[in-house]
Amino acid sequence: MDMYIQPDYEVVRNTDRCIACRVCERQCANLVHSYDPDTGKMKADSSLCVNCHRCVCLCPTHALKIVKTDDTYKINANWSNQTINEVYRQANTGGVLLSSMGNPKEYPVYWDKMLVNASQVTNPPIDPLREPMETQLWLGKRSAPVERDEKGRLKNTLAPQLKLKVPILFSAMSYGSISYNAHESLARAAQELGTYYNTGEGGLHKDFYKYGANTIVQVASGRFGVHKDYLETAAAIEIKMGQGAKPGIGGHLPGAKISADVSETRMIPQGVDAISPAPHHDIYSIEDLRQLVYSLKEATDYKKPVFVKIAAVHNCAAIASGIARSGADVIAIDGFRGGTGAAPTRIRDNVGIPIELALAQVDERLRAEGIRDDVSIVVGGSIRSSADVVKAIALGADACYIGTAALLALGCHLCRSCHAGKCNWGIATQRPDLVKRLNPDIGYKRLVNLVTAWNHEIQEMMGGMGINSVEALRGNRLMLRGVGLTDTELSVLGIKYAGQSV
Amino acid sequence: MPRAVRKQIITELPNPCLRNSADRGYSIMKRIYVNEKWCLGCHLCEYECAFANSGMTDMVKALKGKTIHPKIRVEDGGDVHFAVNCRHCTEAICVKSCIAGALSKDDDGMVRIDKDKCVGCYTCVLVCPFGAIMPSADGHAAQKCMLCLDNLCGEPNCVKHCPNNAIVYEER
Repeated sequence: MDMYIQPDYEVVRNTDRCIACRVCERQCANLVHSYDPDTGKMKADSSLCVNCHRCVCLCPTHALKIVKTDDTYKINANWSNQTINEVYRQANTGGVLLSSMGNPKEYPVYWDKMLVNASQVTNPPIDPLREPMETQLWLGKRSAPVERDEKGRLKNTLAPQLKLKVPILFSAMSYGSISYNAHESLARAAQELGTYYNTGEGGLHKDFYKYGANTIVQVASGRFGVHKDYLETAAAIEIKMGQGAKPGIGGHLPGAKISADVSETRMIPQGVDAISPAPHHDIYSIEDLRQLVYSLKEATDYKKPVFVKIAAVHNCAAIASGIARSGADVIAIDGFRGGTGAAPTRIRDNVGIPIELALAQVDERLRAEGIRDDVSIVVGGSIRSSADVVKAIALGADACYIGTAALLALGCHLCRSCHAGKCNWGIATQRPDLVKRLNPDIGYKRLVNLVTAWNHEIQEMMGGMGINSVEALRGNRLMLRGVGLTDTELSVLGIKYAGQSV
Repeated sequence: MPRAVRKQIITELPNPCLRNSADRGYSIMKRIYVNEKWCLGCHLCEYECAFANSGMTDMVKALKGKTIHPKIRVEDGGDVHFAVNCRHCTEAICVKSCIAGALSKDDDGMVRIDKDKCVGCYTCVLVCPFGAIMPSADGHAAQKCMLCLDNLCGEPNCVKHCPNNAIVYEER
């Protein structure tokens, strides 16, 4: 530990309540807690604590809490404690700062500056408990030429579609970055919910091929684990061009997380860092992207939709237009608050743009060019609640990817230490003793509960607007109004200010 | 659930755990099973057991500064952990070995111990193949898991508080 850096958080034990059962000690992979046989009391070393709350949650007598330390340098609005500590850390190690999960900085959250409409008098709200309320939808290219056979009957010329019972999918999270049990939970939940989970760039474990009908497989710049069966098993294929948490760079899975199983699944050596290249080395233009899209379609007999995932960046509207013309069926856009298992801190915290703005611009551009129906749009990058889903759909998305919210359902407490590989909740780790802490029987149920609850809420909010299907809400920006936004922000979002009528 | 409500359920309502067991035969009674695969070795079950059998409503008051004598024990060995308590064997060797008639198999299949009859010879402790019967804290009698039907919980407290579903209470 760097002597310059003091712990950010302190473990506080109520000694009146502690019964020294040592559960905290046994559950902490960071070795914060220990038992002193001389005094018969528990001790804690806060400098090792990552604030994951595992001990707090499991303490049977609620004797523990973690508090933000009040130890501080001289208060300085320019040089915050964290900024100073980061300088100390780099002065000590000479290394790039690493972080995990989504951007925690105080950037505006546009979801929270948009309000949803409701019907009054002139058009009645709909009660979803008594009337049909459709949250089912299809993802894929909807523009199809009308062709008839010799008897004059319509031919099915529709491109392959992905049927979702809820407008929510689980984001790409690779096996390697998250554990076997986390993947199993996601796969089983996707199957029960009638939606999809995404393998991320880490390949598909052989045990999970049986969930293929609910799996989106990813082809990323490292091509880890990509082979014929992998593509054929999946319901859809996603080409990962970028990730919201780290636009412009590739993934980095530390060697410590590459166990025998991960190595076999990824088809790479065990214990060696898996570093995905920043670009796809065969893609330097939309034409090149088109070649990969059609290579994958050709390999799978044109039966599966192909997604192209990009990070939300400054020019994403133009890029999305290119993607729509490349033959892709779905564009996935990942906002700058999207999670990651490991990213350079500076990139995570400073690169990319908010998903709300990117989505609004992409949808507007595709509509203006008359190619919106050629693709579906799926957005991710910090969709935190059903209200965010409703607002995203009203802004023009077809469906939403949830990653961080799904991990929270599995027990994640956003301690943002995934890159250390010692996740006390059994999610972002490959250590067998930690992985077993996530029982998929419990995990999948919690995911199903979460998405089911969100779906109910989406139905309620749509009903309030007098809308009875997500298809009718999509791109319906008149259902949104801004608060606390500038004229520029309103025009980028394409919405009116609260109080302005149609 | 408030303790008063739990007590009411246990004392005034039919015991849910014994439902239909007479016509089914006790070999398929609900038992506590341990899924070694999911046991983390956190030892919470031991403390929850000791608390359940303390007769108190405050865990801190019940257990602080005391050595616990739980009826469930987690066995640890390297990365392997599992909790052991009474299996309620169909052919219970402890019942056969008891010289005082303190151990019996009741109609629902549960192996019961009557502490008043127990003379503390510990023959049962010796013969139990699982090590699931042990001397009680007072040293005068044996103790064993009675599925929390002998305390205020009414349902196995270890099962209820296992964080990873490693201990389950079900018919198999």
